[in-house]
Amino acid sequence: MWIATRKRRRPALKNVQDEKNAFLRRAAIATLFIVVCSLVLVARMIKLQVVEHEQLSTRADENRMRVVPVAPVRGLIYDRNGAVLAQNKPAFVLEVTPELNPDLDALLARLDDIVELTEADIARFKERVRKTPRYRGVPLRSNLSMEEVARYEVNRHDFRGVEVSAGLTRNYPLGASAAHVIGYVGGITEDELAKAADDRQYQGLSQIGKIGVERSQEDPLRGASGAKIIEANAYGRPLRELDYQRGYPGRNLLLSIDAKVQLVAEQALGDLNGAIVALDPRNGEIIALVSKPGYEPHLFVEGIDNKTYKALLADPKRPLFNRALQGMYPPGSTIKPAMAIAGLEYGVVDPSHTEYCSGGMSLPGSSRRYRCHKRNGHGAMNMLLGVMKSCDVYFYQLGLSLGVDRIHASMTGFGLGHATGIDLPLEKNGLYPSREWKQRARKENWYPGETLNIAIGQGYTLTTPMQLAQMTARIAMRGGGYEPHVLRATEDAITKVRTLIAPKTLAPIELKDNRNWQTVIEAMEETTHSPGGTAYRIGKDAPYRIGSKTGTAQVASMRQDEKEARSLEETPPHLRDHALFIAFAPVDDPQIAIAVLAEHAGHGGAAASPIARQVMDQYLLGEVRYTPVTAATAPEAVPTADETLEPDPEE
Amino acid sequence: MIAEVLHGVRRTRPGKPEAGWGDWLETWHIDLWLLLLLLAVIAVGIFVQYSASGHSVDAIWSQVQRVGLGLVVMVVIAQAPPDAYRAAAPWLYFLTLGLLGLVMLLGDQAKGAQRWLDLGIIRFQPSELMKLAMPMTVAAFLHHRRLPPSLLTILIALIVIGIPALLVMEQPDLGTALLIIAAGGFALFFSGLQWRWIFGALAGIAALAPVLWERLHDYQRNRILTLLNPESDPLGTGYHIAQSKIAIGSGGLFGKGWLNGTQAHLDFLPEAHTDFIFAVFTEEMGLFGFLLLLMLYLAVVGRCLWIALRAQDTFQRLLAGSLALVFFIYVFINIGMVIGLLPVVGVPLPLVSYGGTSAVSLLASFGMLMSIHTHRKLLAN
Repeated sequence: MWIATRKRRRPALKNVQDEKNAFLRRAAIATLFIVVCSLVLVARMIKLQVVEHEQLSTRADENRMRVVPVAPVRGLIYDRNGAVLAQNKPAFVLEVTPELNPDLDALLARLDDIVELTEADIARFKERVRKTPRYRGVPLRSNLSMEEVARYEVNRHDFRGVEVSAGLTRNYPLGASAAHVIGYVGGITEDELAKAADDRQYQGLSQIGKIGVERSQEDPLRGASGAKIIEANAYGRPLRELDYQRGYPGRNLLLSIDAKVQLVAEQALGDLNGAIVALDPRNGEIIALVSKPGYEPHLFVEGIDNKTYKALLADPKRPLFNRALQGMYPPGSTIKPAMAIAGLEYGVVDPSHTEYCSGGMSLPGSSRRYRCHKRNGHGAMNMLLGVMKSCDVYFYQLGLSLGVDRIHASMTGFGLGHATGIDLPLEKNGLYPSREWKQRARKENWYPGETLNIAIGQGYTLTTPMQLAQMTARIAMRGGGYEPHVLRATEDAITKVRTLIAPKTLAPIELKDNRNWQTVIEAMEETTHSPGGTAYRIGKDAPYRIGSKTGTAQVASMRQDEKEARSLEETPPHLRDHALFIAFAPVDDPQIAIAVLAEHAGHGGAAASPIARQVMDQYLLGEVRYTPVTAATAPEAVPTADETLEPDPEE
Repeated sequence: MIAEVLHGVRRTRPGKPEAGWGDWLETWHIDLWLLLLLLAVIAVGIFVQYSASGHSVDAIWSQVQRVGLGLVVMVVIAQAPPDAYRAAAPWLYFLTLGLLGLVMLLGDQAKGAQRWLDLGIIRFQPSELMKLAMPMTVAAFLHHRRLPPSLLTILIALIVIGIPALLVMEQPDLGTALLIIAAGGFALFFSGLQWRWIFGALAGIAALAPVLWERLHDYQRNRILTLLNPESDPLGTGYHIAQSKIAIGSGGLFGKGWLNGTQAHLDFLPEAHTDFIFAVFTEEMGLFGFLLLLMLYLAVVGRCLWIALRAQDTFQRLLAGSLALVFFIYVFINIGMVIGLLPVVGVPLPLVSYGGTSAVSLLASFGMLMSIHTHRKLLAN
């Protein structure tokens, strides 16, 4: 090939000038090509660097800048005297980001050498891992000791996606005593994030109010997240902080709860399960709200493990159940004052109207006997005595005269059978039966005998202790009233400027004759302060005047053939009656209205009224002057004449 | 000023033994114009390298060493007269062809492609050598033929171009294969290849496009598809292009300033100091920086074409013209790829990208140009 070309060398030499010229033309074309290509490049560069500059700049910034939310400090919760009910305590928390640790078991095994991990910690952690988005850190251990933090810091290079954060953890100084009011915070679940109006509000936050005030006031307590804008490289590693936007701490809450009264109320219930609601009838402020047994809120703050949680749920005493708001009980005789007002209002009785109590009665054409709690009868009863001695026959007759429709109208007017609207979650409506309700729910007509039952707060009637306290407050205020609430004011955490929450006035209960309030209130006062009154044991030495009414809610009904009610001691505990008591004081200037419910404690006068007296003492006098007479506290105290004179099976 | 110096050089050329560095340059067969332009591009490259490598003096030092070696090679090559290269061309061609064959048999694998040959002392890519051997061989071949080339001449030239191109394509290294084809093709083009063949060849390639498409590897097809729609998969194959466009676009008119490019320094930009260094440069220097660099490159190309025009025989003309155009094609392909005009092929930005082989082979080609320009016979043939 190559040799062949050599032979042709000579003719090639001929056209030197032609070749030069041809090359010149081609060079010109090449130059043109170069210029065109260069212009294409320039045009494209102008498009990128001038036309699309802004858009691409934004994308460059988006590339490198990460917004890291900074959690706001949750608002504090105070009682009415400034005592702290919920606060934030510094704590070191070990957090693991699941996304960065595919093999969590291996990681946990390694971490076990660094920090102490209990089985409960691990179980709880694994549970939360399932519920939390993978890119979020999940707390593994809280309250690390300084030694553990130091051990971690020395070995931290071995642990990717494991952080010790110096955070704040929620703390409740009253612990279980106020758990049912304050509630608690816990880890945010995916569900809660989805339900939140704006899930950006939770950026940087790991906890949310789950129950109680923590939940109902979640919005003001939460505050606004701040943000750090940091520069990160392509692998997401933060390099430096570019900007810091301050968040705003959550608002502090000033509750109407009186921590001292709350504690006294909680202790006064002793070992009994039950509920106490005390409120200020002049404005609807809740002074104390107790449900026993309570539970330890800190279990939930740190994240409860399944086993403990199931144990709490399975506990027959139902500690998680808020008896004050969710517990529905027959109100028993505590509705008698309200019934008396209804009777006077509708004109079916006047204060001097008398019924004869022979220990029971029957309806015409029926053999069924409706007993009075006093087997041998109270004798002649007018309204004062009927309330004071809680005569059932008097109120059977009153109920018959009123009829079910008017009873239903009056009792619901006092707030029974529907939620009071308190600013706490999970409040139940209860039930005040009516003709329509029975037709709708049971597909049955109303029987006259049922009117007798609801006239003394039994039968289908179900109310919450909260409703009973509210009813008491409305009687004490002679028909006036406010929506019950625990939140008095909120406070800006920085400026300390307070915003008062004005109580909501309820439409007053108007009576044709306002003297009727006086009549019934006097009867309630006699119940406490007259010998023979069912609550005389707490009224006889009281330094202030109390209007009250005892009540007993039947758990097991008495058989028709039983002649005598079984004594308290003979009845198995779970069949014993619930003891109820409502009261307000002082009578002339009501400052506190209270409802007490003690489950399976027997008679209201004996079991529930001393509890109410202690709570009222604490609130009105600042100390408890009343010591309930029990076998344990007063073995030597000889019962006084009055004490023994107490009607034995009280109601 | 440069022009004055140059002017002076040219004026002093006709044998006035004046002691001065113009003389000295002539003695060493160095073209000052070209040298200064190349040094300017190299200087730009070193500044960008410093930024792209994350302020690494070691990287700069290593680059300076490679470029220094390249400059030495350039000067050495410039010493021999062009006739020697014309005589050596066929030998170099067959030697390189042999090396390419060796690579096929026992080359080192790097990044999935078989390109490297380990000669014990140095590892190098014979395909780089072919970039130089190809225009030399075609120019030397055409030097002896009547021009414009006859059909037979064209066919022989195409075979000479085709064999190494196919070997390199099999490595697979499509970018280099295309550059080798371009190097030979440009020599043919400058020889006055008839337009009917040029358009015929272009039409033929267009007609064969579907067949060629079938012959491409998957990753090569992906690169072309990505070019057509880069936003379709910004985290997959389109990531490089998307990030480099962001880098360039965010630079704007004046750039973010030297060492201030965020895309490169925060590792968003892939291959920042090698194939994608143009994005680093324009992110920091902006449109004006780009125009300056383009001017430098065009000046280099222009000087090479000028050398080609003044060349004294066909071999020199064709070789110089081809080398000038190949250099430009280098620049165009690299920039076109980084700004999303062309598919991603592994072509570095000449004298700016980090890498030894390409800098040395490029500077060797400039050595040849200097040789052409400085070894002048009194009587042109």
